[in-house]
Amino acid sequence: MSQEIFLLPDVGEGLTEAEIVTWKVNVGDVVVLNQPLVDIETAKATVELPSPYAGTVVTLHGKVGDVLEVHTPLITFDVGGDASSAPSPSTEAAPASDKQEGSVGEGREAVLIGYGVANEDAIVTRKHRRKDGAATTSPPPSAPVAPAPTAVAATAAVSAAPRSTPPVRLYAKQHGLDMGALTGSGRDGLITRHDVELALTATPGSSARVSAPITGPTTTSRFVGRELESWATGPKEERIPVKGVLRSMAEAMVHSAFTQPRAAVWVRVDATRTMELVASLKKQPNLEGVRLSPLTIVALALCDAARHFPGVNSSFDTAANEVVVRRTVNLGIAADTPRGLIVPNIKGADQLDLVGMASALSVLVEKARDGSTTPNEMIGTTLSITNVGPFGVDAAIPILPPGTGAILAVGQIAKAPWVVNDEVVVRQVVELAMAFDHRQVDGAMASAVLAHIGRFLHDPAPALIAG
Amino acid sequence: MIDEELVQLLTPEGERVQNADYESTLNGDEIFGLYRDMVIIRRLCNESTSLQRQGQLALWAPIQGQEAAQIGAGRALAPMDFTFPTYREHGIAWCRGVPPENMLRLFRAVSNGGWDPQKYRHSVPTVVLGSQTLHAVGYAMGIQRDGAEEAAMAFFGDGASSQGDVLEAFVWAASFNAPVVFFCQNNQWGISTPSSVQSKIPLYHRAHGFGFPGVRVDGNDVLAVYEVTKRALDSARVGGGPTLIEAYTYRIGAHTTSDDPTRYRIDAEVEVWKHRDPVERVKALLAREYKVKNSDFDDVAAEADAMALQLRDDVLAMSRPDPLTMFDNAYAAPHPLIDEGRRDMIDLGISEGSL
Repeated sequence: MSQEIFLLPDVGEGLTEAEIVTWKVNVGDVVVLNQPLVDIETAKATVELPSPYAGTVVTLHGKVGDVLEVHTPLITFDVGGDASSAPSPSTEAAPASDKQEGSVGEGREAVLIGYGVANEDAIVTRKHRRKDGAATTSPPPSAPVAPAPTAVAATAAVSAAPRSTPPVRLYAKQHGLDMGALTGSGRDGLITRHDVELALTATPGSSARVSAPITGPTTTSRFVGRELESWATGPKEERIPVKGVLRSMAEAMVHSAFTQPRAAVWVRVDATRTMELVASLKKQPNLEGVRLSPLTIVALALCDAARHFPGVNSSFDTAANEVVVRRTVNLGIAADTPRGLIVPNIKGADQLDLVGMASALSVLVEKARDGSTTPNEMIGTTLSITNVGPFGVDAAIPILPPGTGAILAVGQIAKAPWVVNDEVVVRQVVELAMAFDHRQVDGAMASAVLAHIGRFLHDPAPALIAG
Repeated sequence: MIDEELVQLLTPEGERVQNADYESTLNGDEIFGLYRDMVIIRRLCNESTSLQRQGQLALWAPIQGQEAAQIGAGRALAPMDFTFPTYREHGIAWCRGVPPENMLRLFRAVSNGGWDPQKYRHSVPTVVLGSQTLHAVGYAMGIQRDGAEEAAMAFFGDGASSQGDVLEAFVWAASFNAPVVFFCQNNQWGISTPSSVQSKIPLYHRAHGFGFPGVRVDGNDVLAVYEVTKRALDSARVGGGPTLIEAYTYRIGAHTTSDDPTRYRIDAEVEVWKHRDPVERVKALLAREYKVKNSDFDDVAAEADAMALQLRDDVLAMSRPDPLTMFDNAYAAPHPLIDEGRRDMIDLGISEGSL
C-alpha cells in the first residue's frame, strides 16, 4: 500500500494561504478521482478542490477554520498498490536536482504566472521545504551565502513591517492589534492567523469577565440575509463575511454617505381619505386581483410630484460637472428580502396608472422575495421609496441610493388626534420624510415636493383624476 | 430571449424556429457531430478546471455555457481559413485539430503557446486583450494581396470590445474591405464588469458605425451560430468584406479559476442562463427529430470521459522546460537586451532542473 499527499495548491495565481471552510470527506472515506474533497477560502475566492487521486482518505491535515500555507500537506491518501507508476502532484514538488542548493536564485520561484508576491522573504521555495522543514532564507543576490539561521535573524532585524500575509494583517488591524509585538510561529517567523488569535485571547480584560450566564431569548432573527443564532445559544462573537447583498448594501451606503450631501424635510399628513379610497377601490369588482395598498397611492403621489417638479428627479454627474434632470421616473422600492436589503426599481413608473402601479409593485415585491430580481432591475433608479411603516415606526431619514435625487420614507399610518375646523378629531395620520441630494436640490424645492405629496395623500381622488 | 433581431434557429427547448434570413442546412449526422464536439469540449474544460484545483495548472479559463458559440463558429470554418483566438477559445482549437494536451501547455506554464499556428491555421492564444483582432486584420490584408479565397477570423469577448485595438481593427478592416470575420462572444461579463456598462447599445450595432454589417446570433444555439458564421465567412472570401458577429451567450463559470463570480453577480441570473444550456437543446432536437438513442448519447459521454483521462495523463507527464528557453522566442531575431537577460540567468546558475 502506498500513500500520496495532496499539497494545498495555489488556486489563484500567487496566493500564500487558504482557510479550510468545509471538509466534504472524512478519514476512512473511499474517494474517486475528481470527487469534491474540501471547500477552501483564499483571499480571492472560495473554491472546491476535487480529488487528484482515487483511494482512501488517511489524514486530514487541518480542521475547519485552520489556515494552511500553500504547498503544505492538505490530505494524505492511501492509493493502494504501487502508486509509483502514477504521476502525482507530490512528485511535481520533488527535487529535480540539488546541485544548485543555496543558490541565490532560490527566492525567485513563487508563482508560475500572475502578479507574483511582493514580499519575497515570505516565499518559501520548494527547495526550502526539502530541508526537512528547516526554515531558511536566501540572502539577497549580492550577499555571500550565509548560514541559514543568521540569515533569518538578519531578515527579521531589517524588516520594516512584521512579516505576515494580507488577510492576517487585516484581521489584526480590525482587532486593533499591533503586530509588531508578536512573534510569528509560522515558517521563517511568519505571523499566522493563529498567532493573532492567541494574542487577542491573551489581551487583559477579555478573559477576566466571568459572570453567571444570562439566559437570553431563544428566538432567532434575520440579519444581513442570514438567520442569526439567539443571544443564549450563539457564539460570543460572530464574524460575517461581507459579500453578496450585504456587500452591495454596504458599498451603496458608503458611496452615498460620502459623496451625496444629504438633507431632509418631513411632514405629518392626514391620510384618512387615502385609506378610505384604497378600502373602497378594493371592493370594486373590476379591480379584483389587483393588490392595492396605501403604498400604491404614495408611489403615484411621488411620480406626480416629479412631473410637477422635475428638478427633484435628478442626479449630480461629478465627472461631467453637470446635473442630469430626467423626465422619466425609475421608481426604486427598498425591499426587505430573505437575502437582505435590495432596491429594485419600476422603470417608467411615471407612465403608470393606479392599476399599473399596483401590479408593478406586487411583481417587484414578489421577485425581490423569491430572489429573481435581475441586476438590470436594480440599476438606473431615479427616485425611491422606503416604506418603514409596516415595521411599526413613524419615520426614518434614509440614505440616498447612489445617483438618485431623493428618497421618500413612509411611516406607519395610525389613528391620531388631528385638528379639523378647530376641533380635535381622530384621523389616520402618516409621517413622511424625504431625504434629498443637497448639491442640486435645495430646501425650497424639497419642501415644495414633499408638500405636494402631502396634499396628494390628503385628497387623492382629485389628484388621481388630474394626473 | 426577447430580441427581435437575435438570429435563433433552435429554442432552449430544442424546438426549431423559422427565421426569415437564415435556415439550417445541416443534416442529422452533422448535428450529432456538433453535439459530440460540445460534449467533448465541456468535458475537457471540466477536467482542466479540476487539474487547476489540484495544483496541476496555474490557471484555467472555463468555457461552460459558450460551447455552442465556439463549436458553431469552429465548424463553419474552412481548412485554409486562419483563426486568431483569445485564451478561452478551447472549442475553436478543438475544431482546428489542436490536440487537447497542447491546449493546456500554456496553462501549465510549460510553453509560451502550445502548438504550431501554421500547422493548425490557428494562432496561439493572446492574453493581451484585443490585440489578436489587429493580427487577424493584418493577416486578412495579406490574403487580399495573395488573391486567395480565404478568410481570417478574430475571436474576442464583450470585455475586449472596449479595447482601442479592437476598434482600430474595425477601422482598418472596413477601410480595406478585408476578408475578416470578427466573432465577439458576448458572455455578459468582462470579469466583473457587466457588458451593459461597457456598451450602451447592442455590441453588434457598432459595426454599422464602422461601415460593415453586424449580426447578433443566439450564441447558445449551435445551428444558428453555424449558419451565421458560415455566411459571414463565405462573404469575406469573395470580396464581401468584414462582418461583426455578436454571439449572445453567457459564461456560466468564473472568468478564470482566479476569480469568484458569486462576488459580482447574482445566482438568479446564472440560473436563468442554465435553462438556455447549449448542449441540452441540441440533445432534445436529436432525440425528437432524429430519434437518436440514449445509448448513442452515452457513447459520446464515454468517449469524452476517456479523452479526459488521457488528457490528465498527458498533462501530468509534461516535462518542465529549461528556464533559459523563455528567451528563445521573445523576438524572431537576436536582441541585445534579451541576450543580456539570458546571460544574467546563466551567471546566476539558473538552468534546467534548478527550479
